[in-house]
Amino acid sequence: MMNPVIPDLSTPAGWLPLVFLFLMALAMLAYVVLDGYDLGVGILLRRAGSEAERDTMIAAIGPFWDANETWLVLGVGLLLVAFPVAHGVILGALYLPVALMLIGLILRGVAFDFRVKARAQFKPWWDRTFYAGSLIAALSQGWMLGRFVTGFGSVPLDYVFAAATALGLTAGYALLGAGWLLIKTEGELQQRARRWAQGAVALTALGVLAISLATPLVSERIAAKWFSFPNILLLAPIPLMSAALFGVIVLLLRRFPAKGWHWVPFAATVGIFTLAFHGLAYSLFPYVVPERTTAWQAAAAPESLMVIFVGACVVLPCIIGYTAFAYWVFRGKAQALHYG
Amino acid sequence: MNELDGFLLARIQFAANISFHILFPTISIALCWFLVFFKLRERATGAPHWRELYQFWVKIFAVTFALGVVSGITMSFQFGTNWPGFMEKVGNVAGPLLAYEVLTAFFMEATFLGIMLFGAQRVGERVHLLATLLVAVGTSLSAFWILVLNSWMHTPAGHEIRDGVVHAVDWFAIVFNPSMPYRVVHMLLASGLTGAFLIAGISAYRGLRGDGSQAAQTGLKTGVIVAAILIPLQILAGDLHGLNTLEHQPAKIAAMEGIWETQQGAPAVLFGLPDAKQQRNHYEIAIPKLASFYLTHDINGELKGIKAFGDKHPPVAPVFFAFRAMVGVGLLMLAASWLGCWLLWHRGRLPVWHLRGLVAMTFAGWVGVLAGWYTTEIGRQPWLVHGILTAADAASSVAPAHIALTLSLYLILYAVLMAAYISVVFFLARKAAYAGEAGIGEPDTTEPALIPRSA
Repeated sequence: MMNPVIPDLSTPAGWLPLVFLFLMALAMLAYVVLDGYDLGVGILLRRAGSEAERDTMIAAIGPFWDANETWLVLGVGLLLVAFPVAHGVILGALYLPVALMLIGLILRGVAFDFRVKARAQFKPWWDRTFYAGSLIAALSQGWMLGRFVTGFGSVPLDYVFAAATALGLTAGYALLGAGWLLIKTEGELQQRARRWAQGAVALTALGVLAISLATPLVSERIAAKWFSFPNILLLAPIPLMSAALFGVIVLLLRRFPAKGWHWVPFAATVGIFTLAFHGLAYSLFPYVVPERTTAWQAAAAPESLMVIFVGACVVLPCIIGYTAFAYWVFRGKAQALHYG
Repeated sequence: MNELDGFLLARIQFAANISFHILFPTISIALCWFLVFFKLRERATGAPHWRELYQFWVKIFAVTFALGVVSGITMSFQFGTNWPGFMEKVGNVAGPLLAYEVLTAFFMEATFLGIMLFGAQRVGERVHLLATLLVAVGTSLSAFWILVLNSWMHTPAGHEIRDGVVHAVDWFAIVFNPSMPYRVVHMLLASGLTGAFLIAGISAYRGLRGDGSQAAQTGLKTGVIVAAILIPLQILAGDLHGLNTLEHQPAKIAAMEGIWETQQGAPAVLFGLPDAKQQRNHYEIAIPKLASFYLTHDINGELKGIKAFGDKHPPVAPVFFAFRAMVGVGLLMLAASWLGCWLLWHRGRLPVWHLRGLVAMTFAGWVGVLAGWYTTEIGRQPWLVHGILTAADAASSVAPAHIALTLSLYLILYAVLMAAYISVVFFLARKAAYAGEAGIGEPDTTEPALIPRSA
């Protein structure tokens, strides 16, 4: 595969696609981390010890899940808006897993609301729906990621890779979810969350390792990008820092509850996700459809991108501001949810 | 299966999803403003029943909002999965409009929703009111942007076509395209009516269940009065929208009216069975010259018939019947709300038969909105973007079997969710009715009861 051509970056047609590639990546990362933890809590819901624990777990994500999911709309929206050509190709190739993910998201989104409003006898059913929806959504997202990285290849190895990413991402979400519960809960449930985190951290580490080793194997271009000199030296911090963060999580979980450190496993997991995302972004750049279409080939007209860019510059800081406010309002341990 | 089957399935899937989705924002847009109103009344009067009203309706709002969010996410994906040609051709216009919807509306409503629903004890009363207000503004703003895009697809403006792709030239002309103001007003009023009838219907249901609480009575009164005020405005807005459509999409008007031949002094067809093969109506009942009169304000004004548009005209029968269903529901709303007001005025309360009627009309707004939606959207066919892109050219090449599979999954899911939603709404009403009986909402004895206690 030839190295792709990068046009003159001093013209809007040059730098705008780059900016949008960055913004889209940022939205996707925000989605994976934010909805990741509430999907993770959903995946862990089945393991809760009692109905009261399930209520607390739901209360820990109740005020946030909707805004978290909006980042998916922004990420896919930016793909749709900034790279219309790539959007059709990607979503066309991922038609079935996308549909499956959507069904998962629908199930969990409504189950969240119905479980407390429907007749009490239906509550366990809605809880099961919430769990199943979260699991389906996580698995299909991982599957889509795997299919995407290999450029929708169709040899058996590509599908094995996609299945591995599906499991890896699901384990990662469970780790995020358990980390979130360590922050938001106390007592017996917190201890349970610690055990869940210990299970999930092993699986996540395995997943990250497997995918890191497999990615260069499925793509020669990516292998050349990572293992040529001096890239290999400059990139070495990514795996090293990830390994260190895994170490921190394992160590802290063993000594839990370490006073004042409840937030660290979650933060370290976010760090691992960010590093992995970084590595992935480096591997794929500058393609929006791996090995096929670059950001510049797929980009919308510069004048349209400019209209969004100006708006995003004004609005994104506001979004970050009121998101921070919402998290500040619901700071501290999760409390039972009461309507207005 | 051939390609056409895939095209048809993709359309059915998108239509099913969009029909399901539109129901929930239609309620939540208006319902959130009702919630703001309840909060403001509570602050002004200090009366506890306003708080009870808020606390009852916020639960229904939450579940409605959740259904709107999840079905909306599905819709945003199906733009790409079902209509890749749409973004490739008109993405330069549609993209920024959708992006502004996400940036200015989605995040705001989703973020403040958490504070609005669960934050009452964590923030001050003012911040809570502000959060409720911002969710209301967000839902309305989101409707605005999506209707801007939808209107542009009906009446494109402010663009030029270069190398077969649409490019934006004048954003002001794009946003304020010719049909946008009519569509936005028509839709917001439809939302208001849907919300008003929902509140009236559920409050009436509580009353029939023996709930004599002030909250149920005030809810009933609010719903009936708001509906009575909005319905004439809606009829006026609909009429103006029709005139606008006549100017820009005459083929749609011809299908709505069921007029096949171009003629002067065209009749208003009250009923008929349009026959596409013979290009005429069977069993037609019509009032001579009336359509020309209300569309051109001249009894001998000329109206173009469907035949004048060659093969670029919509399927007549669905548009014709959907339009009559919408107008029918509108007239029923007019009768029910005005009669309700008259009874309230003269008797101080509503008789049991009227309460039953209101319960039957709880979701009347949905019927009207869907019928109106089908009128305007099927009436646009075969165009997806009028004069620029046909639906067939935007369709994807996804394997028909995949579309058929996911379509069946969606349909099963939607049927289950619809049943769950409606039963939960009525279940919450019954729960509130029992609470009302137990005296949580002390009935105010200084005013005559709007709902007969014995019912």
